[in-house]
Amino acid sequence: MKREDVLKGLKERFAGDILEFSEKSPKRLYIEIKAESIKKVALYLYKDLGCRFNIASGMDMRRHFEILYHFLLEDLNVQISLRVKLLKPSKMSSPAVGGGGSMDPPPTTGGNDLVLPEIDSLAPLFEAANWVERELHELLGLNFRGHPDLRKLLLPDDWPQGVYPLRQDYKEWDPNAIRDRGV
Amino acid sequence: MGSQRHPGSGSLMPRTIVPIGPYHPLQEEPEFFRLTVEGEKVVDIDVQVGYNHRGIEKLSEMKTFDQSTFVVERICGICSTSHPFAFCNAVEDVDQVEIPERAKYIRTIIAEGERVHSHLLWLGLAGHFLAYNTVFMWAWKLREEILDVMEILSGNRNNYGMFKPGGVRRDIKSEDIPGVLKKVDSILPTLDMLRKAVMDDPVLAARTKGIGILSKAEALNYGALGPTARASGVARDVRKDSPYAAYDQVEWNMIVTQNGDVFDKLVIRVLEMYESVKILKYCLTKLPPGEIDAKIKIIPPGEGIGTHEAPRGETFHYVRSDGSNRPVRHKVRAPTFMNLPTYKSTIVGETLSDATIILAAIDPCYCCTERVAVRNLEGTKLYNGEDLVRLSQEKTESLRKKMGRP
Amino acid sequence: MGVKLTALLKSPWVFHLSTGSCNNCDIEVLDCLTPRFDIERFGMLLAGSVRHADVLLVTGSANRKSMERVKKLYEQVPKPCLVVAIGECALSRGLFIDSYNCPVPVDKIIPVDVYIPGCPPRPEAIIAGIVKLIEKVKAPAQ
Repeated sequence: MKREDVLKGLKERFAGDILEFSEKSPKRLYIEIKAESIKKVALYLYKDLGCRFNIASGMDMRRHFEILYHFLLEDLNVQISLRVKLLKPSKMSSPAVGGGGSMDPPPTTGGNDLVLPEIDSLAPLFEAANWVERELHELLGLNFRGHPDLRKLLLPDDWPQGVYPLRQDYKEWDPNAIRDRGV
Repeated sequence: MGSQRHPGSGSLMPRTIVPIGPYHPLQEEPEFFRLTVEGEKVVDIDVQVGYNHRGIEKLSEMKTFDQSTFVVERICGICSTSHPFAFCNAVEDVDQVEIPERAKYIRTIIAEGERVHSHLLWLGLAGHFLAYNTVFMWAWKLREEILDVMEILSGNRNNYGMFKPGGVRRDIKSEDIPGVLKKVDSILPTLDMLRKAVMDDPVLAARTKGIGILSKAEALNYGALGPTARASGVARDVRKDSPYAAYDQVEWNMIVTQNGDVFDKLVIRVLEMYESVKILKYCLTKLPPGEIDAKIKIIPPGEGIGTHEAPRGETFHYVRSDGSNRPVRHKVRAPTFMNLPTYKSTIVGETLSDATIILAAIDPCYCCTERVAVRNLEGTKLYNGEDLVRLSQEKTESLRKKMGRP
Repeated sequence: MGVKLTALLKSPWVFHLSTGSCNNCDIEVLDCLTPRFDIERFGMLLAGSVRHADVLLVTGSANRKSMERVKKLYEQVPKPCLVVAIGECALSRGLFIDSYNCPVPVDKIIPVDVYIPGCPPRPEAIIAGIVKLIEKVKAPAQ
C-alpha cells in the first residue's frame, strides 16, 4: 500500500464527507470531516487500513468545540487526524463554521442542565475509545451517543454537575481552595 | 524472627519478618482495583483512576512553552523524561524545526538511561511480588549505579531538566564521558546475573508462563502499547517506526515475543535493557561536536504532534499554538492510559494468587498496584492488597517445595 | 511529647502514604531501604498497616479524591504519631498550586511536624530529616 494510493482512496471514498484535506508534512495528515460521518471514516481507518487509534483531543474554541481523532497508520508512518467541529448550542443561529459544518441534534441532558454537544461514540467499534470518550465527557462536557458506560473517570464523585474544567469559561467554584502560598 | 513488645500496647505482638522488602501501603478504601471473585477465580475487575489527577493539561496552558517542559516532567516520576521528550517533539513539529546533531545524541542518551532504570525498578517490584526478594534488592542496588550515571550527566537523579524545545539545556562535558562509560560497563556482569536468575529459573517460569495472556487481537482492539503489546506479537516501537533523535543511527534490535503472558513481558524488559545499554554506549562514544540548541525565537500558529517510546509504551503529546508564547491546547496521553483497560481481558478467569503479578505486568504507576480490594459476588470484602501479595508469595513457596528447589 | 513518644522512637515504624503524587518521592522513600542507604540499620521499618505506624510519611499534593482517605487514615493511626511531609507537593503543592484538583495543602488537612523540601528530596535528605525529627522529640524529654 503506497502513501499516494491511501490518500487517493480516502479522497475518493469519502468525497461527500470531507470538508478539508491538508497534508501538513509527509508524516502528518489533517482531515476535516462532517460530524455525522465519524463512525464510517473511523471504521474504514481501523478495519481496512489497519490504523491504530491513538487518542482523541478536544478543544474549546470560541464558537465551537473541536475534536481531533488521532490515528496512526503504522506501516507508512503517517499520523491521520480527523477533525470534527461541534457547534455550541447557544450559537445555533450562526451559519457555516468550517464550511457547511455540523448541525446540532436535539440535546440529550434533560432538565435544566447544560445542553451538551453530541457526536456518535466510537466505543462500539473498538475498546480503545472507551476511556478516551469518558475523559472528554467529564472534562469538556461533550456527549457521546451510544457509549456503554459514560460515568466519571478522573474527577471525584462530588465534583459539581455542569462544571467542566477544560472549558475556557471555567472559574474557581470552591470557596475553600487556597491559591496563595502565604509568604 | 520472634516477637517484640510493641510500645503502646500491653500484649506481645509477633513481628512479621522476611520479606524485609517494603510492605506496600494499603488502606481500607477507596479501592483502585476492585476484583469480584467466585471462589478462587476472578470474574470481574473495575479500575478506578483519578487519584493522581492534578489537571496538568490546564496547568500547562497557563505557562509558557519553556515552563511547560518542567510541568510535564512531573507527570510521572519514573518516566520523567519521556514527557518532555514528546512535548519538545510536538513543539518542534509545529514548524518543522531541525535540532542540532549533538542535541539529538544527548536526548537519546538521557532517554535510554531512563529506560534502564525504569526496567530495573519494575524487575525489583516483580521480584518482590513473586517472593524473590534477593532479585528486588539486587535490581534496586544496580539501579543506584544508573542513577549515579544520570547524576554525572545531568545533575540530578530523577527530574533531569535537560530538555527544551529546540535542543537540550545542558551540555555533556567530554571529560565526564570515560568515567560514565566505565560505570555503564560495570553494570553488565550484574545484569547477566539477574538475567540468568530470572530467565533460567524453573520456578519462576512455572509461576509466570501461561498467566495473564493478552492475545494479539485483544492487544490491537484495546490499542495496547509498549512491552505489553510487543509481548503479544505486535511488533511496534516508535523508535523503529518513525525514528527521531539518534535512533536511526544506531544498530539495535526490537524485542518481540508471541505468547503475551507475564513471562514474555518479563523477558522483553530484561532484554530491552541490553539494547538500551548498547545505544547508550554508542551515543556516548560517538557524540558529535556542535551546538546544543536551535534557539527557537517564535512558535508560529499551528499544531504539532510529538511521540516518544517511553519505557511503558508510546507517549503522545499534541500542541496547538496561536503565535503567542504559550500553548493554547496541550493534550497529554501517557501510555498506561491505553494499557490499563486491558485488564478486562487478562485478569478475568485467572486465580487470585496470580492477580498481583498480572496487575503489575503492564508496569502501571507504582503506587497504584497496591490499592486492590477483592469482593465476592454478594459484595462482601474478602481480601485487600497486602493479602494478595502474600497469596502470590505463598504460591511461589509452594511451587518451590513441589519442584524441590531451595 | 513525653516518655511514650521517646520510647517509640527507639525503632520507629514508618508508614508511607501517597496523596496523589508523581511517585518520585515515593520511590526515593523506598530507595532508603535498599542496600546503599539502608535505614533498617537504624531500626526503621516500613509498616504494613497504618495501625502499626509511629511515623507517617506523606507525599503528594492532596488531590480532591484522596483528601477523605488522608483524613480517615490519620484518625486510624494510634496517637501519638509524627507526620513528615516529603517533597514540594506535600509542602505547598509546588507548581500544582493553580490546579483545579488540588485545593488545599496537606498541612491544612492533617498536622505536620517536619517538612522535607526537594523535588524529589534525595534519600540522604529524607534520612537527615527523620533524624532531625527524632532529635527534636528527644531534646525536651532530657
